Amino acid sequence: MEPIQIVFLIGAALVLGSAVMVVTRRNLIHAALFLILTLSGVAMIFVLLEAFYWAVIQVVVYIGAIAILIIMAIMVTRNVTGDTVKPFNNMAVWAAMLSVVASGSLIWALSYWPAFDQTAPVADTGEYVIRLLGLELFSAEGYLIPTMIASVLLLAALIAAIKSAFPISQEEE
Amino acid sequence: MQFLEDPVLWIAEWLREVLLGWGASELVTNMTLNFLGAFVVGAMIMVIFILLTWIERKAAARFQDRIGPNRVGPFGLIQPIADAVKMLTKEDTRPKGADVVGYVLAPIVSVFSVLMTWAVVPFTQKWIGADLSVGVMYVAAAGSFGIVAVLLAGWSSNNKYSLIGAFRGVAQLISYEVPLFLSLLVPVFLARSMGVNDIITSQTAVLFAIPWLNIPIRGFFVLAAPLSVVIYFISSLAEVGRAPFDLIEAESELVAGYHVEYSGMKFGLFQAAEFLHSFTFAALMALMFFGGWQGPWVGTNNLTGWLLGGFYFMLKTFFFYMMVMWSRLTFPRIRIDQMMNLNWKFMVPVSLVLLMGMPLIDYGLRGQELWLKYLVLFLFNLIVGLIAFAWAARADRRVKTHTRVRFEGRPVAVMPQAPAAAEDETAG
Amino acid sequence: MIPLSWYLILAALLFGIGLFGVLARKNVIAILLGIELMLNAVNINLLAFWRYLTPGDVTAQIFTVMVFVVAAAEVAVGLALVISVWRKRDTAYADELDMLKW
Repeated sequence: MEPIQIVFLIGAALVLGSAVMVVTRRNLIHAALFLILTLSGVAMIFVLLEAFYWAVIQVVVYIGAIAILIIMAIMVTRNVTGDTVKPFNNMAVWAAMLSVVASGSLIWALSYWPAFDQTAPVADTGEYVIRLLGLELFSAEGYLIPTMIASVLLLAALIAAIKSAFPISQEEE
Repeated sequence: MQFLEDPVLWIAEWLREVLLGWGASELVTNMTLNFLGAFVVGAMIMVIFILLTWIERKAAARFQDRIGPNRVGPFGLIQPIADAVKMLTKEDTRPKGADVVGYVLAPIVSVFSVLMTWAVVPFTQKWIGADLSVGVMYVAAAGSFGIVAVLLAGWSSNNKYSLIGAFRGVAQLISYEVPLFLSLLVPVFLARSMGVNDIITSQTAVLFAIPWLNIPIRGFFVLAAPLSVVIYFISSLAEVGRAPFDLIEAESELVAGYHVEYSGMKFGLFQAAEFLHSFTFAALMALMFFGGWQGPWVGTNNLTGWLLGGFYFMLKTFFFYMMVMWSRLTFPRIRIDQMMNLNWKFMVPVSLVLLMGMPLIDYGLRGQELWLKYLVLFLFNLIVGLIAFAWAARADRRVKTHTRVRFEGRPVAVMPQAPAAAEDETAG
Repeated sequence: MIPLSWYLILAALLFGIGLFGVLARKNVIAILLGIELMLNAVNINLLAFWRYLTPGDVTAQIFTVMVFVVAAAEVAVGLALVISVWRKRDTAYADELDMLKW
């Protein structure tokens, strides 16, 4: 086994192990902290894919913003009895079976695909790709309109989040 | 290869030969050398921290018209060692009901987030841990672990004060990250690269030479974007949580903020993270806007390259660190609403205007002389700055004349009530 | 070298774990955590396809941009809704939010 494969397996074990902890932990804060571990592991996988830019963005956006936001929301909404209630609903067994079936059938279906065991071609994955990505995102021949729609979506989400999380004033009630 | 030309590379080559001579494979040798390099950089930064505590105490003393530590060693130079011994021998307490893993992990993550940054900092032209093509983004990523550490520490100590301190800390850190990285994007756009070393080398361009002395004036980005430097400096002060932005650990309100329950070496690690954070931001300021290792007579000659380059870099960094300390010891703490207003109503809009206006000017002046570009950019910064400050001063006056803080009776403790909605339901 | 299949299997398993989280957890925020896991699995897939099949083209990365944007928007709005519901009904469990049931 090559060393890079060992690194991958360590990263994959980190991702999957902490992901299991995310969905099974009773204490939500612990689940969110394990989510941070999962996200770091995914960033490591991105590094192995030579997508350095995305590894860094993963850390900035997911760990620096999303995970922090989730932890703060958990702290705000923590019930006193929150840690003792059973974390799963009655259909947990069926959900487990369904997700096993889902990922199993995904792998099974993909294994018939001819490019399944392909190895990576030699390619320039450095600064050139980031440059190309920037040009594509903002050129009219490329993906300008999706970018604009995405930015409008972000603006709408910002306004919606502020509006819906704002405490309702006494007069309105 | 001569030792004097590049000692680090010389030692590395020597070690490589020794390891290969012992029969280690290429991979093991490379990994060992990489780990060793990371260890050396990390250890060096921690040694600098020891020096920083001494500088801090000495400078604070001078600012307050005291003498400062002068008993232990010459000029009190061994004082940090005594401090460290005190830290290590203190009782390592842990509050009841604390989340053990989070409680122990928080100080480690806090220092880790600072040390990570130094992987992309070039000490000289060649001495850089990893010249990433996304260096500036990497710095941002490293900083986001610091927020996790604050939240982790505040939550896991199982203390109301530390939790409030953590909430405040997160609000402040996330808010001030916005202008910080918006102003760091200005050098990125001026250099057309996110690599730290690229940013420095693109500051070598000569604007003009002083006629008789033949001294070239290099195009440091501070000349093109002085307002960005100001915004960067203010938001980095807030980002490290030092006065005037030390609301995170406002002693009079929150006892000590998110690390109130920490003692001994765990507290020492938080302190190390705070000091090193300031030092790191000072270093980044030197790198991004003031040319990093560049200075007079830093030539292609290897000896002057590393000797003078490292010297200039450290000189600039310590100068900006002194500025951080100066503001810390001079300004009083601001209120939390002032802190938020300063960020969202002043610094974020100004840095957005800069980030949108400067590329437009740069595009309009494409193909022109470099000095003309820098001049126009400088004037643009100046005008934006003047307008912004005039507007802010006006808004500040308006606030002062129309609103007045009124004393509305002594705050009394009340029983926490159930939310209003739940009551309505039971009543209806 | 790592074959493409490893990444795909990893992504499929991560997606399955996320799906389980979404279907089985009671707390709304835990459901959001599951969605995050699923989106991460999608990102691994997209970047693996980019690296192994079309390294000269950035279309897959554009999709990754969109996934990131959607994830950020979804978390912001979702958590705002959770906090709003918490204020109104004092619960964050999906099975207790049954005002529309009769």
